[in-house]
Amino acid sequence: MEGFVIYIVIFGTLVGAFGGAAVLIWFERRLLGLWQDRLGPNRVGPLGIGLALADIIKMFAKEDWVPPFADKFVFVFAPTTIIMAMLLGFAVVPYAPGLYISDLNIGLLFFLGMTSLAVYSVLLGGLASNNKYALLGGLRSAAQMVSYEVFMGLSLMGVVMLTGSFSLVDIVLWQEEHTWFVIPQFFGFVVFFIAGIAESHRLPFDLPEAEHELIAGFHTEYSGMKFGMFMVGEYMGVILISCIVATIFFGGWLGPAFLPPIIWFFLKTFFFICFFILLRAAIPRPRYDQLMSFGWKYMLPLTLVNLLITGAVALWV
Amino acid sequence: MGVIFKAIWSQLVTLAMVLRHTFTKTDTVQYPEVMPYLAPRYRGRIILTRDPDGEERCVACNLCAVVCPVDCIALQKTEDEDGRWYPEFFRINFSRCILCGMCEEACPTYAIQLTPDFEMCEYDRQNMVYEKEHLLISGQGKYPGYSFYNVAGKTIKDKDKGQALNEAEPVNVKSLLP
Repeated sequence: MEGFVIYIVIFGTLVGAFGGAAVLIWFERRLLGLWQDRLGPNRVGPLGIGLALADIIKMFAKEDWVPPFADKFVFVFAPTTIIMAMLLGFAVVPYAPGLYISDLNIGLLFFLGMTSLAVYSVLLGGLASNNKYALLGGLRSAAQMVSYEVFMGLSLMGVVMLTGSFSLVDIVLWQEEHTWFVIPQFFGFVVFFIAGIAESHRLPFDLPEAEHELIAGFHTEYSGMKFGMFMVGEYMGVILISCIVATIFFGGWLGPAFLPPIIWFFLKTFFFICFFILLRAAIPRPRYDQLMSFGWKYMLPLTLVNLLITGAVALWV
Repeated sequence: MGVIFKAIWSQLVTLAMVLRHTFTKTDTVQYPEVMPYLAPRYRGRIILTRDPDGEERCVACNLCAVVCPVDCIALQKTEDEDGRWYPEFFRINFSRCILCGMCEEACPTYAIQLTPDFEMCEYDRQNMVYEKEHLLISGQGKYPGYSFYNVAGKTIKDKDKGQALNEAEPVNVKSLLP
């Protein structure tokens, strides 16, 4: 990647991530409305899309209150972490041939590392708030994300074994040669997607927030733009996980030639974002112990078996 | 093992069922553009009606104020030179009113009636207090043709005892005739 194009891609990613997160706030509510036989917000502007703008203005205009009992530096620092981690995660996503910020040879590890960093945001936010609910939310999220992290990484190792590379571009090129990874690595896809939901703590795995039990979990004490950053970070996480799923398991930019590759990539990403919202509309939140036992008792063994079989196939076939 | 597959299947069915709602009709009524149908006997804003002659029907009997469960009605009786009773003032505090319709049921003269209108928001709470001039309408409301003084035995000017509709002549207690 040389010169001028990379700046355009960086700028586009930045605008796309923030703009996408803002639009997603509106889009999610419309889609939830559709699936709950309601209309959702439809008053501000055409189809209510002005609501995204109104929400942003509201976020900035609200009183930004730091509780006097909080650990001030960490309290302010925590919400920035999630944004930074998520934005850095976008650095390795290939949008189209030759259209990516960086083709790291450890791209996949970099992505996993960045999503793991996001746990600090939630954990520090919960700790620094000095509030019981926030602490419980932070604790839960730490345990949840750390345990789902384990097989999130392992579920991708099957892909890495077959490709022989951590680079996302190489993974897409392998899929161009053979077939989309969703077929040989179906269980890997299922496990990765479930772990991705837990990682971006979206419903049904939004136990760190769990507004019915923990008020708002780790961001109970947050207000104004600091809360907005958590929210934008969460939506960016949704977009990032969708991008990665589309790239790794559904061939990224690959698709019939009547549409340009980048459109294929965005269509696939959009599909998975919609699936995230469908999950939120349909599936109830499990209990905390159910979540943990589901992770350790079913997901982890499934991943290991998948890894074992993939390894055997890669070795002898 | 079977339990696990059943659980997975159940989740997938849930997803499919919710996805099917993409094609169902929304239940939402877009209110200010699409007004809901309100039956004529809907219990909304309270009015005071007039009889066919254009006089106030209310005779200030206070039954509505007594029956009102939230005590939102206040009125004072007075009398004109014809002998007709009418309220000197009639005040309904709509910030208290629960639109239960008991005043309408209690009213002996069909004066107080509820209408199918509920859009009575105000920015100032004081504006929710309606005086008689706000409550009185020039029509007869839900019971056209009814005039209390034409059917009641109360004496007013130009109408003595026994002259009301379907009213018998008063018995002359001083006469010996049967």
